[in-house]
Amino acid sequence: MTIAFYTLAAFILALGVLVVSTKNTVHAVLFLVANFLCVAMLYVLLQAEFLAVIQVLVYAGGIVVLYLFVVMLVNLKRGPETHVDPRRRDRMGLLIGGAVLAEFVAILLYGFAPRATGAAPAAAAPGVGNVEQVGWSLYVDYLVPFEVASILLLVAMIGAIVLAKKEP
Amino acid sequence: MIETLVVPLVKIAVLLVGILTAVAYLVLLERKVQAWVQVRLGPMRVGPHGLLQPVADVIKLIIKEDITPARADRWVYTLAPIIVLVPALVVFAVIPFGPETNVFGIRMPLHVADINVGLLYIVSIASLGIYGTILGGWASNSKYPLLASLRASAQLVSYEVAVTMTLVSMILMAGSLSMVEIVESQQARGLWFVFAQPLAFFIYFVGGLAETNRAPFDLPEAEQELTGGFHTEYSGIRFALFFLAEYANMIVIAAVATTLFFGGWLRPFPSVAALGLLDIVPGWIWFLLKTFVLLYVFLWVRATLPRYRYDQLMRLGWKVLIPLAIANVIVTAIAVVVL
Repeated sequence: MTIAFYTLAAFILALGVLVVSTKNTVHAVLFLVANFLCVAMLYVLLQAEFLAVIQVLVYAGGIVVLYLFVVMLVNLKRGPETHVDPRRRDRMGLLIGGAVLAEFVAILLYGFAPRATGAAPAAAAPGVGNVEQVGWSLYVDYLVPFEVASILLLVAMIGAIVLAKKEP
Repeated sequence: MIETLVVPLVKIAVLLVGILTAVAYLVLLERKVQAWVQVRLGPMRVGPHGLLQPVADVIKLIIKEDITPARADRWVYTLAPIIVLVPALVVFAVIPFGPETNVFGIRMPLHVADINVGLLYIVSIASLGIYGTILGGWASNSKYPLLASLRASAQLVSYEVAVTMTLVSMILMAGSLSMVEIVESQQARGLWFVFAQPLAFFIYFVGGLAETNRAPFDLPEAEQELTGGFHTEYSGIRFALFFLAEYANMIVIAAVATTLFFGGWLRPFPSVAALGLLDIVPGWIWFLLKTFVLLYVFLWVRATLPRYRYDQLMRLGWKVLIPLAIANVIVTAIAVVVL
């Protein structure tokens, strides 16, 4: 079990590095798909089958297909910029890298911090299955955040349509 | 040891051989049916009534030269047929071919795995096959295949929505995502779901035709416009893999339709006791028979209907099938709660 976890984790990290380091954008997208599939396997390992299948369906099968479309259709050879500050990229990289590093450190600290054991995991839902539990927590325990998130997505969708629509 | 390792492996081996044989003969059947519809004889030379034609075809495809275009993206070009084929075969793992049966003294269910998210597993794994289609066209570095693969993927993405929506209404009816439990719930009600959900079946079947790029939605392979489709540049065994995947996907669509709408391994009219005589026929034969009939409809449709125009196809998908599917889900949900 532990061996499987660390093998998968190593694969996920390696694929993640490949995604950002590959020159060819289509290859990068492919590595991203492989990465998502490994994450799905990680969910299976944690016995969250529903989440694993949804991960494959939504991310690997849906969203990344659209990425691939965009990458294939948009010409990525950008023209030379008129004014380039040579140190701009370095500074940006330092900033973003620092932010991500801070995030990782925070997660590590949080993970290793001794915690009061009072906050037990949410009481087991009446349903036994994986799907029932997810449904229970989405539609009963966290109904309002769930609906707010879906409205947010709806707004984004309508916004995209409005932007794309030509003036009559 | 035997239960956990040998039995599943034997099942998988039998399943793979079965699918590959079925695909080979489905191709022959397609040529025969088309020929009969057009008052021809079809393949007649190899074996009696052309029955050995698939063997000859397979040998031909294997020994033909395997060409990679000079400016193709080698890795992706090699990978694409594999990406198309593997999901098409892996999906069969959760399809229940029959109830628990004694096979050589061992009592076992006739499926490789019954996972509690079976139906979602099928949808999600099947949705991965699209990568092979897109990448095959892109990696060939040739214009017609690229156009065809764009068409194919746009078509697949559009119709996937409608098909998945019909599956939602079937999940509502059965109250489970497990393929075995869906059949069992039809047994408990004594009703094939196609009689309760004819609209869902219609949308599923039309969507299935579109997802497998079959006529009348075979625009990605419109020879007159695209010289052959996203696999134009492929030859030999790699072309065969694409071909195999297309027909394996047809079998998947038919088998899933049998499970969801036609009661899987159940005999016709499972609630009528007077027909108990039919129980002599084992469940898996009923399953294969129903799947075969649906596959025949696939071929029949191809021989009958002319091809859609691309804008008609998109209009049908987005403006007719998806709204109908959503309405069907709402009505089903209300009915399930009220009844």
